[in-house]
This record gives sequence, structure tokens and C-alpha cells, in this order.
Amino acid sequence: MTKPRKQIVLGAYLGGVNHHTLWHLPESGSQIDFSSFEHTARTAERGRFDFFFLAEGLALRERGGRVFDQDIVGRPDTFTVLASLAAVTEHLGLAATINATFNEPYELARQIASLDHLSGGRAAWNVVTSFDAFTGQNFRRGGFLDRSQRYERAEETVALVRELWDSWAEDDLVIDKAAGVFARSRAGTFAHSGPQFDVSGRFGVPRSPQGHPVILQAGVSPQGRDFAAANSDAIFSPFGRFDEARAYYDDIKARAAGFGRNPDHLKILPSASFVLGATDAEAQEKAQWVREEQVTGRTAQILLEQIWNRDLSGFDPDGPLPDVEPALDAPPFIAGRALLSADRTGTIAALREKAEAHGWSLRQTVIEEFSRGDFVGTPTQVADALDDFVQRDASDGFVIGSHLVPTGLDEFVDDVVPLLQERGSLRTDYAGTTLRDNLGLPAPARVLPTVPAGV
Amino acid sequence: MSERPTTPIVAVALDGAGWHPAAWREEAARPEALTDGAYWVNLARRAEEGVVDLVTFEDSFGVPVDPFADPTGERTDRVRVRLDAELVAARVAPATRHVGLVPVVTTIHTEPFHVSKALATLDHTSHGRAGWQVRVSALGSDAALTGRRDVPDLTYEDYLAGRGTDYVAAQFAEAAAVVETVRALWDSWEDDAEIRDVATRRFIDADKVHTVDVETSWFSVRGPSITPRPPQGQPVVTALAHATVPYELAARTADLVFVTPHDDASAASILAEVREAEERVGRTGQPLRVVADLSVVLDTAGETGAARLARLDARASEWTTDARILTGSAADVAVVVAAWTDLGYDGVRFRPAVLPDDLDALVDDVLPELRARGLARTAYDAPTLRGLLGLPTDVPNRFAAAV
Repeated sequence: MTKPRKQIVLGAYLGGVNHHTLWHLPESGSQIDFSSFEHTARTAERGRFDFFFLAEGLALRERGGRVFDQDIVGRPDTFTVLASLAAVTEHLGLAATINATFNEPYELARQIASLDHLSGGRAAWNVVTSFDAFTGQNFRRGGFLDRSQRYERAEETVALVRELWDSWAEDDLVIDKAAGVFARSRAGTFAHSGPQFDVSGRFGVPRSPQGHPVILQAGVSPQGRDFAAANSDAIFSPFGRFDEARAYYDDIKARAAGFGRNPDHLKILPSASFVLGATDAEAQEKAQWVREEQVTGRTAQILLEQIWNRDLSGFDPDGPLPDVEPALDAPPFIAGRALLSADRTGTIAALREKAEAHGWSLRQTVIEEFSRGDFVGTPTQVADALDDFVQRDASDGFVIGSHLVPTGLDEFVDDVVPLLQERGSLRTDYAGTTLRDNLGLPAPARVLPTVPAGV
Repeated sequence: MSERPTTPIVAVALDGAGWHPAAWREEAARPEALTDGAYWVNLARRAEEGVVDLVTFEDSFGVPVDPFADPTGERTDRVRVRLDAELVAARVAPATRHVGLVPVVTTIHTEPFHVSKALATLDHTSHGRAGWQVRVSALGSDAALTGRRDVPDLTYEDYLAGRGTDYVAAQFAEAAAVVETVRALWDSWEDDAEIRDVATRRFIDADKVHTVDVETSWFSVRGPSITPRPPQGQPVVTALAHATVPYELAARTADLVFVTPHDDASAASILAEVREAEERVGRTGQPLRVVADLSVVLDTAGETGAARLARLDARASEWTTDARILTGSAADVAVVVAAWTDLGYDGVRFRPAVLPDDLDALVDDVLPELRARGLARTAYDAPTLRGLLGLPTDVPNRFAAAV
């Protein structure tokens, strides 16, 4: 009995607020018009992708106290766009990055559950945490959480959200017109008392069409890996190179098994970009062109400013890396951006070593060290590489973006997807109706609430 | 600049299976579909067939409860589910083209920053048809859902009995601050902030994006918003009001107020109260559009409205509601609308007792009657909700430098 071929999970994301999106190209479309999101989502559905994924904006980035104007600026509200995309798609999952810091669990649970119902069971939540005071200035719940506490906060948030999703039993929704019973009297009742949250009441959204919305996370540190392996349905992996990816894959799957879970029910997904050409040489040339367009001299300085934490505009991008030390204790020079690394000194040392070894300029160093995993080649080469990566267990699939918004995914769906389908690695048609159906994930069993009797 | 419409504003308030508590038990009602996107799309499209200016989507921070007959939500014969109304409106937006989409969104327990970008995004997605019905939460049960503040454990009964007036006043003051903050965030991007200047690789003109720097005793928000200025500039802000404090909130912050006259006498006095509130708070610019709510149980092919209401009431105990209830024909409705319009009201918002029955009767019978009498628009003659309502469509941005 041959094992059925491992299916590749595919997510699509719309390039956004970073230097990867080439907004200056004439073919580049709007970052805010619904038509851009609709086009990408419909294309992904045409390509039988598992889900569409949208990041979250909480504050505009600033550089030296001024709004950062070089990359895309401006995002829509994530939940609102995904709810609208539910109207123009039928099978595509709709995954929202929503932070657990500047949102109340009750609201989060309600909004995600609403999206799940409105889409017929296709919602997913990418749980992230925020811990900077700059972003917190926009919120009642502002200020900041100590970095070390963010997992405690996130853990209790996810637990409470799940309790709310479980607050309706399957048979709580009665809807008996003749007898006049809409729901059982205890339906939706909940109470939670923990270190972060002390809440109680009734939840007004019944059980999701897919049991629970899907939960995604990213996690690299040991604590992050455990948190994700224990709680998530899918994990975003930062590793694009085979060996690192394979090691991460094995580690996460083992941790999941250690928590008593079936490792197949936890999908590991790196992000990936692609560049296609009629020949390999053409593709390589185009990939280099894209990287150079993404990382201009100015962009290279700015990316390094996130590490050096000081103004580097005086350093020639075609000259060597800055010979100054980082401003470790100064307030953030670039604000509103996820911290690239906690260890500035170590990162700088590593960059200097590589630059010296290869003879790279400042700009070249950034181009080489800051690129994402690129799959470059003819459609056949790219299909082979993606398939190989998954079949050899370096990942369970990919979240795919493009430097061109919104039409960048078109050629992938036109030229690469059919090849994956031919290999039997990707569905030709959706079999089920929910995101869990797409991903082959079971619905979690309901955890009974611990509400005192008599309530 | 748009013209004041020559016909009254017509709105429809959508709530669950209908506004009557027993509506869900009617034959044509679909209580199992209240969480389906398609259910809401169909209702909105139906309203759009009727050339209605806008639909509102009812919501509350907690589960739906009948504040008069079942404030603690113990009864099992009431609808007890409700999806987030802003997301329902977003789900409906791509499937509709003209009708205004106005979700209820609660203040107090929500983040002004999130509320602002959600409604701005709804405006972008719907190409300028978004609005907001501001709701103020003062219930202890709502506060318990987030556990963030200590509130007096007051119920609707308490409020009706006049208890907790200081607390209520404080909540409304906070709500006003929330609305002002949301409006400021809508303006935090000037309309032409996005420049896509390839030569200098500037996506935006950073001088055209502004912090809002709001500081109140309840919250502070720095801004700017992450979302560019909505197509309408300022989406339409509405509120439902029954008393002085809410009239003043509307007068301070809203474009349109829904009110609940019970009879001819209160219709006149309420209108006067609203105008007095405008004067008291020193409102400048456009006067509030005043729209009267009317619950309708309409004649259908098989049954009179009165008979339908009697049957509904027998099932659920008498329907206590803040709005006047009208049973009858399209002509009966037209008489009331004409009378209100003569008094000076800007329009009417219908609350269909049963969905889809009363929405069908509105679209098939009432609206044609109103149109024949010059009491409802015959076509959508403006691309945005502000345009349909006769509000200025060129809205100055408070942060833009004076020319």
C-alpha cells in the first residue's frame, strides 16, 4: 500500500509594509483598494491555495521621529478586509494576524468567531504579541508589556479565547419554533479568573462551523516553540534553507508529539517568494534585479539603522559597513517595526564577518543577508524545488508572496500550480468547505467550561 | 457639495430575525441563518431593491437582551446570538452597490483606534457607503466581559428609574470623546497623502500624515491611523437617542440622530428638544438630520398587520419597545411619514417586526407608495452615503494646512 503523496499547504499573502513590495513599478496597484485584495484572493482560490493571509497594522513606522515614507505606508483593518473577502471567495481560508496585547480576548473571540461564521468556517488567527511603548501610544491598553511576559499574556489570551469558543455546546442552539426554545438558558455562559483576566458573562456566538477557528503562530525561541507546538494548528517558520528548515521541522514535530498531539496536525510553513523565467538564467537575472530594486542604497542604510539604532545616512552604500557602534541605550531610531533581533552587537559582528569574507559593500551585505527564501527558476524548477522541500519534510508547505501587488501571484497560479497538481502534490479541487477541511485538521473537542453550578 | 434631498431619508434597521421578540418563530423566519453571511447579504440586497438610503445593523457589546422584558437574558424563547455588526456590514459590502451600510459599534469598552480603522476600511471597501451608529455601553454586565473597569452594577430598570445619572453622564462624555477621536483619526491622513513619487522613492508625503495627540481622562491616542483617509472623508456618524443626554451626544458628535416619537405630540416635542440640544452644545455647521424610528407590522396577502401582531404578542408576551408600532397598510405608513415630514423630520427608519416578511412588504408595497407620494427617492443619485443624505461630500480635513 503506497502512502498517498504528501499534500503541499499553500497560503498567499499580500505584500505590504516593507521593502519587499516594489510599489514604484508601473504595474504596481493600490495597497488599500479592495480590488487588490480581491484579485489576490481570487487568484489564490483559482490556484487551490489553502488560505489567504493578511498582516496587521498598529502604528505607522517612524524614522528619526518622522513618518517613514520610503516603503508602502497604510493598511486596511485586517478583520474588515477578510470579512469582505468572504463575500468573493468560497473555499479559501482567511487568516488574520491580530495581536494579543492591544485587544481584549472577549472582543477577539467574538470577531474571529464572527468571521468564521460569515465565511462558512474559513477563519484563522495568527497570534502575535506586541511589547513596545511606541505602538502602545495608540491604545487604551497602551504602555508596554515586558518582553519576557508576552508569552504569559498570549497564553492566557489564547486559553480564554478558546474557552469563549467552547462556551456553546453543540446542542445549546435548539431553535424549536413550535416549542419556543431558541437556546438553552446556559448557552454561552462563561467565567474566567486568571493572572491577566477576570471576566464573566455570556458569549453570543455559537460554536464555529469548523469547531474552532484555526490558530497559527510563529515561534523560534525555545519558549516560543513550545507555545506554538502546544497550542497551534500551524506555525510560521523563519527558515528558508533546507538544513535549518529540516532541523526546525523535526524539532517542532517532536515537541508536538511530546504534548500528546498527532504531529501531522501541526503544519509548518515558511514564507517564500518566487521568481519565474523561461530559462534558469533568465530567472536568476530577474531575481537579482528584484533584489536590487528592493534594496536601494537608501533602503540598505535604513534596514541597517534598525540594527545600529542610529542615523546611517552619512555612510556610502557602496562603501563598507559602518564602522561605528550601535546606539544600544538610545530610544528606538526606527519605531513601529518588529525588532529584527534582540542581540544587536552579535548581529553586527556576524554581518561584519560575512562582509569581510566576501568583500561586500554595505548595500551588497544587506541584499545578501536580508533576502527571503527565493525559489528561482523555470516553472518546472520552482515546482520541483517546492515539492522536494515538502516531500523531504523541511516544511508542510509555504506562505507565498510577491514583490508585485496585486498581480504578482498570477503567474505562480498559471504556471507552477498545474505542475504541482500534475505531481499529485496539490489538490485540483477543494474537497471540503472549511479551512480545517483544506488543511486536513480535526476540529478540537469541546473543553467543558468550569462554570459553577446554579449559574 | 451635495444638495439636500427633495424626498425624506428612508432607512431600514436590521436586527436578527426581526424586531419583535417572537419573530424568529414565524414560518418564513430563518433563525438558524442568523450567523450566515448569505442571510445578511440577501436582506441588504432586498433593501437595495427598495432604493433605501441605508440599512443599520443592530449590535450590542454583550449578547442580545430585551432591556425591558428580559434584561438578564434568562428567557429561552429569545434570540441569543449575534455576530459583530461591523463585520456583517463588511461581509455585505462587496455584494451591494448603493445602499448605505451603518453598523452599530459600541464605545467605552472598545479601542478608538480599532473602531476608526475598521470603519475607514468599510468605507474603502464599500466605495464610500459606510456609517456608524454610536452605541454607549453603561451596563455592568458589559464591563464584566473585559474586566477592565469597576462600574456600578446598574440595569436598564435602574436607568429608567433615574438611578445612576452621574455615571450615565460620565459614560456619554467618554463616548463623545471617543467619537471625536475616531473622527480625528479619520482626518489623520490628508486625502492626497499618498504620492508614489518614484523619483524620490517617497510613497507618501510625510507632511500630510498627522498625529492626533488626543489626551483625555479616559484614554489617550497618539495616531496617525494606519488606514488612509476614507473615501467620504468622514463616514456618516449616527446615534439613537431618547433623552436629553443622548440628544446632546448626537448634537455634539453626529450627523444624524434616530429618535422615537410615540405619537403626534411627542413627535413635535422631540424635534424641538433636538434643536434645543444643538443650541445648548453650540453645534455649528450642518444641522443634525433627524430621523424617526417606526416599528412596522404590515398587512400581508394572507393577514392584516394587526392580526400578525396579535399572534406574535400571544407567543412572546407584549412587545415593549422604544419605538412607535404601526400595524397596517402601505397607505397607513405613508400618512405617518407625511405627517412627520410636515413637522420637519428629515426621514424615517423602519424597524421590520419580522424578517423577511416585513422587509418584503416594505419593498413591495410601502416604498412604491411612498415614492408615488414623493416621500422616498426613486433612484440612487449619489455614489456615497453622504451624497444620498445631502451632507457635504467635500469634507475639509482639520489637519490640512490652510491654503
